[in-house]
Amino acid sequence: MSSASVATGSGLPEYVTRRPGGFYRSTNPSTKLAIAALEVVAAFAVPGLPGPLLVLGAVLVSGLAARRLRGLAVLALAASPIVGSILLVNLFLLPGASDPIARLGPLAPTWSGLWFGLQTVARLLVFSTAIALVYLTTAVDDLLADLARRGLGRRAIFVVGAAVQMVPRTIGRAAEIVDAQRARGLDTEGRFWQRARGVVPLAAPVVFGALTEVEERTMALEARAFSAPGRQTLLRIPADTAFDRVLRWAAVFALIAVVGLRVAGRLG
Amino acid sequence: MAIELRAVRYRYAGASKDALQSIDLRLEPGRVLGVVGANESGKTTLCLVAGGFAPGVVGGRLEESARIDGVETTSIPTHALALRCGLLFQNAATQLSNTTATVFEEVGFGPCNLGLVVPDVIERVWWALKAVGVEDLAPRDPARLSGGQGQLVALASVLALRPRYLILDEPTSELDPAGTALVADALARVASETGAGIMLVEHKAEVLARIADEVIVLGEGSVALAGPAAAVLADPMLAELGIEPPERIGLERDVRAAGLDWPAVLAEAPA
Repeated sequence: MSSASVATGSGLPEYVTRRPGGFYRSTNPSTKLAIAALEVVAAFAVPGLPGPLLVLGAVLVSGLAARRLRGLAVLALAASPIVGSILLVNLFLLPGASDPIARLGPLAPTWSGLWFGLQTVARLLVFSTAIALVYLTTAVDDLLADLARRGLGRRAIFVVGAAVQMVPRTIGRAAEIVDAQRARGLDTEGRFWQRARGVVPLAAPVVFGALTEVEERTMALEARAFSAPGRQTLLRIPADTAFDRVLRWAAVFALIAVVGLRVAGRLG
Repeated sequence: MAIELRAVRYRYAGASKDALQSIDLRLEPGRVLGVVGANESGKTTLCLVAGGFAPGVVGGRLEESARIDGVETTSIPTHALALRCGLLFQNAATQLSNTTATVFEEVGFGPCNLGLVVPDVIERVWWALKAVGVEDLAPRDPARLSGGQGQLVALASVLALRPRYLILDEPTSELDPAGTALVADALARVASETGAGIMLVEHKAEVLARIADEVIVLGEGSVALAGPAAAVLADPMLAELGIEPPERIGLERDVRAAGLDWPAVLAEAPA
């Protein structure tokens, strides 16, 4: 039984009943979540490099269809330090690797290290880009409305919404605090040790401010009948076409199949 | 019909002394009660107690009687409190649900929580936006409003629940003069058009002088002064309690101190 009643009446302004345009963007949020889950599980379940690379290609094609390749490229760029370190560590230090590519003094990069590093990086990129694509192509309120329609409780929905929005809010708050601390003479752009010393005066206000905010938010929500019993009215629900449902169930069955094959050792 | 506190004492959990001591207060629908006081005088605590959030939501110990329309606040469920008494806090940003894409949906968040049918939600949203005078903000993203606009949307969001009373805890404290003027205009409109009883905690005596019928002054958790707004805001004791009087009253005091005739000065002043 759903915990939310669905808006069927008219009279709502167009900006409330809006529908996202474009193939991938207009796909139902739960369908996109199911596809992302399949992509992540498949990338980790299929051994070797070709499997994760194939899945990464599928994510990028989806990103192209959604016109969000640029956003995914920015994400990949942001992940480049960790990508680089994974490659280097595995290239030179993979335990048990004995197939050197070359000798560089005491160091010996190995083929198996390179292979394993690339596989790990491909999986990491699938994980981050698949989730990012859902985020980049789905309005938070669409996701929450869809989850509400499927019976998720309002508290659980609020937790999901707050978690999704916590990242940009925390980044914004951190930027304000950095500016304020700079104005008071804190060096945030000097040498590494100077910057490291500045972490505590920056992190503490971010953390404590967020905790204080939670109390205020809780009271403000209670003042708006958040804990009222019964069903919550939904003003708008995202479309869920027959194609969406087919795609979603196909993704769910494929995910189960991948896990089953992996457990049975049939994926190599 | 009133919010009524009788000899109320309140102490936060773990505190060593009472935050409120022997508070008597009565707020009737259609009236505006201003509350002023220095920092740490108990203003926010008074809001939480009068609105039923203390001890209900924040914990602590309440002694004697705090009632809304004759019912002890401690026996009213939290969601039912929201229908009787709307609470608005200082920071507009923390009062948004963060789950909506437009101001229209944000204001509808409370009525939707009540499970009202969609036409009723729509009617309440437009009513609340109109009462506050911000219908034109309806399509906007709530996260991209100015401080004053955000506070007005928060006020409309609380109003959409149609509470009989509104308790506003320094709604202009984080606003610049333009934002303060926006909110003060809206409060004056709400006070005259909705018939709600309003308890307005406010540092800016100018705002109180404009819309309050009565004013109480808090000092160290108890009522130091109480009475009609004009009389209390003109009381010389106000300054001793750390409260700046309204500009007009300060000016009148200075003129009289200079030995001039205030009515004559006023008559000669340009309109």
